[in-house]
Amino acid sequence: MGELKLMKGNEVIAHAAMRCGCDGYFGYPITPQSEVMETLMLKKPWETTGMVVLQAESEVASINMVYAGASCGKKVMTSSSSPGVSLMQEGITYIAGAELPCLLVNVVRGGPGLGTIQPAQSDYYQTCKGGGHGDYNLIVLAPASVQEMNDFVDLGFELAFKYRNPAMILSDGAIGQMMEKVELSDFKPRWTDEEIQKISGSWATTGKTADREQHIITSLELDSESMEKINHRIQAKYRKMEEEEVRYEEIQCEDAEYIFVAYGSSSRICQKSIEIARAKGIKVGLLRPITLFPYPTKAIAKLAERVKGMLSVEMSAGQMVDDVRLAVNGKIPVEHFGRLGGIIPTPDEIVEALEQKIIGGK
Amino acid sequence: MAKVKGTIVVDKEKCKGCGLCVVACPQDVIELAKEVNGKGYNFAYMAKPDLCIGCANCAQVCPDSIITVYQTKI
Amino acid sequence: MADIDIIKDENIVYKKSKVLTDNVMHYCPGCSHGVVHKLIAEVIEEMGIQDKTIGVSPVGCSVFAYNYLDIDWQEAAHGRAPALATATKRLMPDKYVFTYQGDGDLASIGAAEIIHACNRGENITVIFINNGIYGMTGGQMAPTTLVGMKTATTPYGRDVELNGYPLKMTELVAQLPGTCYVTRQSVHTPATVRKCKKAIRKAFENQDKKIGTSFVEVTSTCNSGWKIPPVEANNWMVDHMFKFYKQGDLKDSEKDNPDDYKKFIE
Ligand SMILES: Cc1ncc(C[n+]2csc(CCOP(=O)(O)OP(=O)(O)O)c2C)c(N)n1
Ligand code: SF4
Ligand code: SF4
Repeated sequence: MGELKLMKGNEVIAHAAMRCGCDGYFGYPITPQSEVMETLMLKKPWETTGMVVLQAESEVASINMVYAGASCGKKVMTSSSSPGVSLMQEGITYIAGAELPCLLVNVVRGGPGLGTIQPAQSDYYQTCKGGGHGDYNLIVLAPASVQEMNDFVDLGFELAFKYRNPAMILSDGAIGQMMEKVELSDFKPRWTDEEIQKISGSWATTGKTADREQHIITSLELDSESMEKINHRIQAKYRKMEEEEVRYEEIQCEDAEYIFVAYGSSSRICQKSIEIARAKGIKVGLLRPITLFPYPTKAIAKLAERVKGMLSVEMSAGQMVDDVRLAVNGKIPVEHFGRLGGIIPTPDEIVEALEQKIIGGK
Repeated sequence: MAKVKGTIVVDKEKCKGCGLCVVACPQDVIELAKEVNGKGYNFAYMAKPDLCIGCANCAQVCPDSIITVYQTKI
Repeated sequence: MADIDIIKDENIVYKKSKVLTDNVMHYCPGCSHGVVHKLIAEVIEEMGIQDKTIGVSPVGCSVFAYNYLDIDWQEAAHGRAPALATATKRLMPDKYVFTYQGDGDLASIGAAEIIHACNRGENITVIFINNGIYGMTGGQMAPTTLVGMKTATTPYGRDVELNGYPLKMTELVAQLPGTCYVTRQSVHTPATVRKCKKAIRKAFENQDKKIGTSFVEVTSTCNSGWKIPPVEANNWMVDHMFKFYKQGDLKDSEKDNPDDYKKFIE
């Protein structure tokens, strides 16, 4: 049983990092996630676990520090919020291209541009549909509670190393700033050099010893045939993730006639909306994707065979709804509801949208 | 006459004929050949081998690190 | 012809460093990159640190530096090498970490990263190849292009009204307290090659002393970009580049502030 605390989501990210044996955090301040680095600086893990913490000169620098740390086989991470993550996209695609493991955290705020510092879910496209250039995907975990902010740090690293691919925790300002009870993970020591050799010794830049070839971390390959092969190899990992790593939660779906599809903060509100709707006699359930990539396409397709309609609830103009529609493939109506600009929808608004757009729309 | 005698071996096929070794040689030993190597470069060769003192100046400036230098006392 | 009697292993006075691979360098004939690669390889070999050295290659002609130096490498995004080196050194402080960067990489797109790495005094070595031009992309203007110099994007010569002034990055980083050794070298003659090697060696040895960033500019030629053959390019560099980019040490904590320096290494 881990330690029970009342903490902010952002603080929990920092504690989870120190407790999971993270080797390095590199970041740049931005609201609403600055508490991550502030907490680390306060706790000084370099004096205890030996974890390196550095405030970089920009998100461009911090993501490239992560790129290097990952190249060394170390457990490294960064966190930021939307405008900062936009700046990181070049580095992220390099990391994906060089097939390196690392953990990224985006505590999303409303855009576009400098936008607002209030929570939003408008970075779904950026996170799940590219962001940077080239064919790559991130492993995307969407926490809906402070507890999951804790749990997904360890899980994110685990998946990142399993697939040698960057993992991102796609959170939002509400969960980052929210105080909740959390059971912190037990302390795990950082990997020793020997452990790193065992885990990443076949590729990490730890110094070319006489007994092995040089290790080169690069995403560059000018020969098209070779570059296509690399792409196929990377794509094969994504297909494997789609088979093995999909995570989602179904709430009151058994008897449901309608389904909310929502992740993160929106999924929490939808649970309240379910109560309101059911009190009115509308049988609605919730499918909450936990991994946004790989996406629970099959689970949604299966539900589409027996329900009458789905409402994708997002704090965006309608981004994830595309994936719901792809999964449903025209079988039943799928609509989107969301508020923009950092506004969190109310449970009633959501029920109203369900009634108007899905039930009434039939 | 020099008290040491030197000689160089140029990896002819890797030579790019840049001529930097030619001007680096204090003894004017090296010239670029009239004929070309497999890559089409006029490669460096010892035009006046007797004058070489094995100072390694040519090898130090060669960007492609393809000159080996030998030296012996006479 | 070479004298067959002399060609014996025991008579070798100079040969290619073991830290250089056998790959044929892709650089243009006479390009300074090759000479500097060789010097770094020799320093690594002589210091016996091949197994402890991590190189960070840039985007630019030397993007493939990893094909030539037989050490572990990280290939950075354009300009970001100092950020990579920062993290690598901090996570593995017992390694020797260096960046190898062109002037577009270091002085233009990566200006922020180099300034901040130097300002934090990262214990790394920076090798800065200043050839006054963008070689890889076909000879466009670099921040270091001299006034009046013709490039693909300054076809009438660099005009300060239009393009601003050439940037002396080396002078800039010498101002920062984080740097311990800042020098400007070249590799156009045997004597300067030997001097440059000493500078590179010192820049690597400084990592043992943990006294800050060592920064070695090598004023270089790009005969393809300049459209001048190698030997004449060296002469052009001496006549023009050296007037603006003054050769020699700009800062050496060991000599300039011996007391501070002693405190540092104690
Ligand atoms: C983000 C980004 N912008 C532009 C480029 C294109 N590019 C490749 S190399 C280069 C310039 C390199 O010049 P320099 O650093 O002076 O090195 P040199 O080739 O002269 O050795 C540019 C602009 C790139 N690869 N990435
Ligand atoms: S310096 Fe090297 S590459 Fe250039 S001509 Fe001489 S041997 Fe050939
Ligand atoms: S383009 Fe210039 S910098 Fe690049 S290899 Fe050729 S001479 Fe060297």
